[in-house]
Amino acid sequence: MAQEQSLLSFMSEQSGKLLEQTLEHIGLTFISLFIAVIIGLPLGILISRRKKLSGIVLGTAGVLQTIPSIALLGFMIPLLGIGPKPAIVALLLYALLPIIRNTYTGITGVDATIREAAKGIGMSSTQVLFKVELPLAMPVIFAGIRTATVINVGVATLAAYIAAGGLGEFIFGGISLNNTNMILAGAIPAALLAIIFDFLLSRLQKMNVKKLRLAYISFPFIILILSSFYLLPVAYSSKLLAGFTPEFMGRTDGYLGLKKQYGLNIRTVVISDAVMYEALYHKKLDVISGYSTDGRLKAYDLITLKDDKGIFPPYYAAPVVRMDILDKYPELEQALNMLAGRINDSVMTDLNYRADHLKQSPEQIARNFLMAQGLWKEPRNGKKGIVRIGTKIFGEQYILGNMYSMLIKGYTDLDVATKTGLGGTKICFDAMTNDQIDMYPEYTGTGLLVILKTDARIANALIKNNDSVYNYVNDNFEKQYHIKWLKPIGFNNAYALMMRRQQSVELGVNSISGLKKYLEKR
Amino acid sequence: MIKLEQVSKDFGKVKAVDNISFEVREGETMVLLGTSGCGKTTTLRMLNRLIEPTSGKITINGKDILTQPQEQLRRNIGYVLQHNSLFPHYTVAENIAAVPQLLKWDKQKIVTRSEELMHKVNLAASYLTSYPRELSGGQQQRVNIARALAANPDVLLMDEPFGALDTITRASIRKEFSELDELKRKTIVMVTHDVQEAFEMGDEICLMNEGKIMQKGKPSELLFHPANDFVRSFFSSSYLQLVLKTVQINDIWDALEETVTVAQTAVSIQYNEPLWQVMERLMKGNAGNSLIQVRNKQGATKTIGREALYNAISNYKAK
Repeated sequence: MAQEQSLLSFMSEQSGKLLEQTLEHIGLTFISLFIAVIIGLPLGILISRRKKLSGIVLGTAGVLQTIPSIALLGFMIPLLGIGPKPAIVALLLYALLPIIRNTYTGITGVDATIREAAKGIGMSSTQVLFKVELPLAMPVIFAGIRTATVINVGVATLAAYIAAGGLGEFIFGGISLNNTNMILAGAIPAALLAIIFDFLLSRLQKMNVKKLRLAYISFPFIILILSSFYLLPVAYSSKLLAGFTPEFMGRTDGYLGLKKQYGLNIRTVVISDAVMYEALYHKKLDVISGYSTDGRLKAYDLITLKDDKGIFPPYYAAPVVRMDILDKYPELEQALNMLAGRINDSVMTDLNYRADHLKQSPEQIARNFLMAQGLWKEPRNGKKGIVRIGTKIFGEQYILGNMYSMLIKGYTDLDVATKTGLGGTKICFDAMTNDQIDMYPEYTGTGLLVILKTDARIANALIKNNDSVYNYVNDNFEKQYHIKWLKPIGFNNAYALMMRRQQSVELGVNSISGLKKYLEKR
Repeated sequence: MIKLEQVSKDFGKVKAVDNISFEVREGETMVLLGTSGCGKTTTLRMLNRLIEPTSGKITINGKDILTQPQEQLRRNIGYVLQHNSLFPHYTVAENIAAVPQLLKWDKQKIVTRSEELMHKVNLAASYLTSYPRELSGGQQQRVNIARALAANPDVLLMDEPFGALDTITRASIRKEFSELDELKRKTIVMVTHDVQEAFEMGDEICLMNEGKIMQKGKPSELLFHPANDFVRSFFSSSYLQLVLKTVQINDIWDALEETVTVAQTAVSIQYNEPLWQVMERLMKGNAGNSLIQVRNKQGATKTIGREALYNAISNYKAK
């Protein structure tokens, strides 16, 4: 009950944003649907006329359909940048297959006798198409449009990854922030949209023929109106454009802190960390919320802005481990602590650079590093037990996960199972508390603010001192979750605002206060 | 009216229609008869250019059909398929109006014509707003005929028009249509595999096999003077029935002995009615003692009973 009430209060608190995201979501869905109909319907008609083409066209549309949505969005960035354009194109590609296929099936499914009769009484082939084939195929075509709509409502949540807005902003923000209300505030409206549109279109599909004509005529207009929702929210502007991750947007040590402590007022879009560096590099964005040890900092010649008011807490990385597995296999702790203090900021940036830019595999990077440090040992192939290592879904975590795996195999008789690529802090931590993984690399600041949700007053007092943050999270994790923080690895992967080096020099901005001053000029 | 000269149609190496020629005179009904795959439907579809002939010449009203635009040609030829060829998304009225609309008739003329046709094919005008699926198979076929007649074409092509109907409906609809004035004036080419139907509807029958014409002529010619064994065996299984449907009172007049001389019967039978019909009438009466008055071509009358008819038939056959 308490959960429900707080969800409702969250939604009413955020009602403005919720409405904006919902409208964006509807707009995205229907703009892409509209274009998909404009392209898909004639294509479907064409291949019903020239059946030889049907294999190629349906095959191509089918292949497009199988590309994972995130990957498709990724492909779009070099071509179309970030924002609505690539999102609409990606959605449109997903919507194409059901529309083309159902148009084709609908038309070829018209009874041969009826087509013959139409020709036989003297209709031209255009008349046969518009007077007989299309009207009879309409229910099937509408079923295709219906499928495409539901697919689009779903895939449109991913638009938040490339700064195109929509309800995905809440969903992914909620996942990274461990905020169930935020997830539901995005997920429930998205699900409702899917159900409502599916229902309305099913009614349209089953309507009788007379009413249908009116419906078919009004359908394009309705789509156009719904599409235009997307254009409404784009009203404000500023000189620079910032792309922040959903997580950063909702964190007190993120955008909220920037607004409160610095009074920073900048136009923002929400974007996935997987693509924001590239978007910054390609000048689609001017400021991003990066991680200070990210390899792309080096690869794309970016600089971090100085956090002169100290709002970003330290993010020292350390393995967090379930205490019951440490009790069971005491030798584990020693093996994991072998990495303690070995990797500083610049070493980690370099390792990430190898992964992100030189495209070396995390495993290779991990082995080379351990060998150079004289830590590498042949696996013992022990059968004593299994340690389950989890990692979050970015390069640094993959590298660390591999190092820990090698250390455990080389120094203990334990075997390792890895569960890599867990999408966000919440998912990783939930996996841990639900006994799905035994350990993963975590960052002190994340533990403090995201997992423990430490009160701002206490947190602000703590973040001035690295050790006090570490001690605080370790104590509280042990007490609350029976999880232990082992020794820090050494580097501090803190949040940082980043810009292109060239632009930073041109504008003379090298700190967050400097950025604020620049934005307030004129 | 319709004339085919040495027409062939090849599908690849298969000769679907092999060098056939025939003529259909104005107002007559030509039935293309044969088993499936004999080329009868291909022949029919060449008449409205749904299929183009490989070689040969087809003229309708003296005009080579290949010189006219396809759509224009088809709009002037009525086309009847099986009853499920109605446009399911059109009402009965819209179905009937299909061709007149293509010909851009004005609205009022279309409405008047539709109502007239509904009356002619014995359908209540209230069905005009119904959709085909709301009609029975027989009713649908009436609409189908009305659609074909709507623009008043001189020529009508029928492709197994009663094929999908059950036997009883088929017989009654067929009977009704063979009495329909408007149909009687048309030049009709009809395709069927049903021998009974061919004999009832056809002024002439063209029996086809493997793309060739086996024999063409009046039904009685095919029956009593088969050109070859194929024709003979084709009719053998229903021979007696066909004879009764073909032979008319006039044909057996001499062999017919009067049962009673003083006749006061209600029904009088014309000279050109087939024996089948006479027997049907006789069956309706009480067993054994019903009488019927028949008439020959010159107008003489005889009153006969069942026995007299049977005797005359067996005498006639013996000839």
